[in-house]
Amino acid sequence: MAARQPMPLQDPEVRRSNFNEVALGYTEEQAVAEAARCLQCKDPKCVQGCPVNIDIPAFIACIAERKFDESIRTIKLTNALPAVCGRVCPQEVQCEEYCVLAKKGQPIAIGRLERFAADYESVKGIEAPQKAKPTGKHVAVVGSGPAGLTAAADLAKAGHSVTIFESLHEPGGVLTYGIPEFRLPKAIVRQEVEYIKQLGVDIKVDYVIGRIKTLDELREEFDAVFLGTGAGLPNFMGIEGENLNGVYSANEFLTRVNLMKAFRFPEYDTPIKRGKKVIVVGGGNVAMDAARCALRLGADEVSIVYRRGEDELPARREEVENAKEEGIIFRLLTNPVRILGDDKMNVKSVECIRMELGEPDASGRRKPVPVKGSEHEVEADTVIIAIGTSPNPIIFSGSEGLESTPKGTIVVDDSAMSSLPGVCAGGDVVTGAATVISAMGAGKLAAQTIHDHLSKQ
Amino acid sequence: MHHNPQSSAKCDQMSYRIIEKRDMVHQVHLMKVLAPDVARAAKPGQFVIIRIDEQSERIPLTIADYNVTEGSVTIIFQQMGKTTRQLATLNAQDELQDLVGPLGTPSEIEELGTVVLVGGGVGVAPAYPQAKAYKEAGNKVITIIGARSENLLILEEEMRAVSDELIVCTDDGTKGHHGFVTDVLQKLLESGEHVDRVVAIGPPIMMRAVAGVTKPFGIQTIVSLNPIMIDGTGMCGGCRVSVDGKTKFACVDGPEFDAHKVDFDLLMSRLAVYRDEEGISIKKHECTCGGGQ
Ligand SMILES: Cc1cc2nc3c(=O)[nH]c(=O)nc-3n(C[C@H](O)[C@H](O)[C@H](O)COP(=O)(O)OP(=O)(O)OC[C@H]3O[C@@H](n4cnc5c(N)ncnc54)[C@H](O)[C@@H]3O)c2cc1C
Ligand SMILES: Cc1cc2nc3c(=O)[nH]c(=O)nc-3n(C[C@H](O)[C@H](O)[C@H](O)COP(=O)(O)OP(=O)(O)OC[C@H]3O[C@@H](n4cnc5c(N)ncnc54)[C@H](O)[C@@H]3O)c2cc1C
Ligand code: SF4
Ligand code: SF4
Ligand code: FES
Repeated sequence: MAARQPMPLQDPEVRRSNFNEVALGYTEEQAVAEAARCLQCKDPKCVQGCPVNIDIPAFIACIAERKFDESIRTIKLTNALPAVCGRVCPQEVQCEEYCVLAKKGQPIAIGRLERFAADYESVKGIEAPQKAKPTGKHVAVVGSGPAGLTAAADLAKAGHSVTIFESLHEPGGVLTYGIPEFRLPKAIVRQEVEYIKQLGVDIKVDYVIGRIKTLDELREEFDAVFLGTGAGLPNFMGIEGENLNGVYSANEFLTRVNLMKAFRFPEYDTPIKRGKKVIVVGGGNVAMDAARCALRLGADEVSIVYRRGEDELPARREEVENAKEEGIIFRLLTNPVRILGDDKMNVKSVECIRMELGEPDASGRRKPVPVKGSEHEVEADTVIIAIGTSPNPIIFSGSEGLESTPKGTIVVDDSAMSSLPGVCAGGDVVTGAATVISAMGAGKLAAQTIHDHLSKQ
Repeated sequence: MHHNPQSSAKCDQMSYRIIEKRDMVHQVHLMKVLAPDVARAAKPGQFVIIRIDEQSERIPLTIADYNVTEGSVTIIFQQMGKTTRQLATLNAQDELQDLVGPLGTPSEIEELGTVVLVGGGVGVAPAYPQAKAYKEAGNKVITIIGARSENLLILEEEMRAVSDELIVCTDDGTKGHHGFVTDVLQKLLESGEHVDRVVAIGPPIMMRAVAGVTKPFGIQTIVSLNPIMIDGTGMCGGCRVSVDGKTKFACVDGPEFDAHKVDFDLLMSRLAVYRDEEGISIKKHECTCGGGQ
């Protein structure tokens, strides 16, 4: 059987100093060849791994037959953001893990094919979506990340009038402010947002719910509300020196770079410190993104400091590989103890300690424990903390009765309904930081619940 | 001239029209901007974040006043660097690309007895809505306002109208008391005037000095902190300040804090982080703008 088609990539030596997309996408020939490898299983396991249940064999068959229009139409039946998912879904633990060919290490490159179909359409011009008759019902969606955009798209398709409220000046949530240009070009996010607008969705940016209006007020104005406000509040470690100059949360660092385009300073006004020796604390996608941005801003040395081992890195494997190729140093089984500054309160180094893996903890992963006496100092002028985020409590401000957990996530039932009637929630604000596609799955479920709820009225 | 480069994914979004622009004193300007929903929700102590155009930084400015019927919010700003200088070139009928607010936790305005408001420089602007609100809540309001020189003093008449007593000072003695606001405050407290709360808004160095004056008297003192911000909603952590040894996000936990617990050295050091970059921005602005003003 033919081997899996490799993804053409920008050369590591070149890409480490630009913000252009790293993965270039399959050519038509590659896509057709890859699609031809699909066994078209009668009972396709791959679909089970896709949180939005794309009819994977069907869209792949279309590509194999060069019916690209039909392919993208099939995808869009269940996925409103295929150009995004094809790029950032952790496919290796979702659809591709379930593919029958995965056992031989050669699963069909489902994500890459999805991206191919989406990119094909975007070059050709996006097809206007089908809409149902207006129902006369009004739904408010708070947050324009993948959860909110998906819920809005499905609700609009069902004929409801939808308004999205977004606190930042651009829609997209993490897709816009967090994930960097070289992994997800902003033009693609804009195109996906444009598609949602073509469905008649009204997007109000610069609109913070909990400040300009409360959730209670929205409930009075609208027939139903969806909350997709994400998990945007950065966690810090609480160690000494975290407020020194040169210490950023990953959110701040990435927001400056992506949303505010600080990588194009001074053409864009927002500045960023271009560190020479950068330490990023954490091992997830966010840490990889921050590290690779720092490198592209001109750092001489960027290292990831992560308290567990290589196998435990929560980031997508592909992105870890890309980061390594670009020269990011991985200081694994290492944890920062404190950050040291000079007399001007600027970061000068990080004191780290080595860790070893002990007994498995509640999550089943082996718990890292510090090795006594292994403290060592690593020189740094910039430190980026990427150890996770929590839901932003601002949405609760001035509103009563919305039940939450001690972690600050919103409590919902299995139909995505919160403790308040007519208010659904989904995405990171319910699960804590997770994935684009799971947020979209939650948005879909909530849209269905809201639709049922409104149809009964 | 101000130009508006093509906007990005700006959605079905109005921009925010300036309906009035007034030059108050040298390099300090007042603007009324149409933003009806913000005006309706605004409370004293809150701020907005504006973005002039696609390339601009997001900068926080206190809501100096708001008018619900007109649907406007008033900002008063001082030319500091690139963004505030560019803002100063705009006029009535021009538009801001973004204005988000009201942000921050509103001031806790209650009836306490006697409240002293201390405003320094452009800090008099954010102190104004508070003075008004404290007065309306039934307090005796004593206001101390200061500037480097008479020709830099703002809102004197407006402040007089909402204060039981107004004391003016200038660093160079060109108007009112010759000296700093802290000298006047010190004298006032030593005179035995019973004061229940002091609210100080101005440059960090002034706020720190006020905290120093009131501490021995044990008077509750509130300051409004002005760290560098981006989103203003608790999302970036860039605005973190240290209060009572704990890290707080000024944009959501504040901007007002107990002056006696604030680490002002940290605030000042963090405010200076981008000094080099600010210089580059100003140079660029002067080139495209034909010099500052
Ligand atoms: C740097 C980074 C890289 C990532 N990489 C990947 C990846 O490769 N693959 C992957 O699958 N996942 C990745 N993730 C995770 C993924 O992006 C998130 O799980 C997903 O975006 C969550 O979607 P959401 O719609 O729930 O929330 P978000 O995308 O966080 O969107 C929430 C939106 O709500 C807005 N909002 C919040 N509060 C309010 C309010 N009160 N009023 C109005 N608006 C409000 C916010 O401004 C934001 O725009 C990454 C995350 C980050 C930060
Ligand atoms: C809650 C709050 C309310 C404020 N209210 C007012 C007001 O009513 N009137 C007024 O004149 N000023 C106010 N400021 C300060 C104002 O935001 C800054 O003067 C402005 O951002 C400077 O931008 P610039 O580009 O002109 O100058 P820059 O050259 O960028 O900076 C000049 C100085 O301003 C500070 N600064 C820079 N960027 C920011 C930023 N994004 N956020 C905060 N400070 C920054 C720094 O200390 C810097 O050294 C307020 C600040 C905060 C945090
Ligand atoms: S949406 Fe994600 S999980 Fe579903 S098929 Fe596409 S890449 Fe796979
Ligand atoms: S499991 Fe793999 S081979 Fe089978 S249909 Fe799905 S993608 Fe094709
Ligand atoms: S400005 Fe970003 S958290 Fe306060």
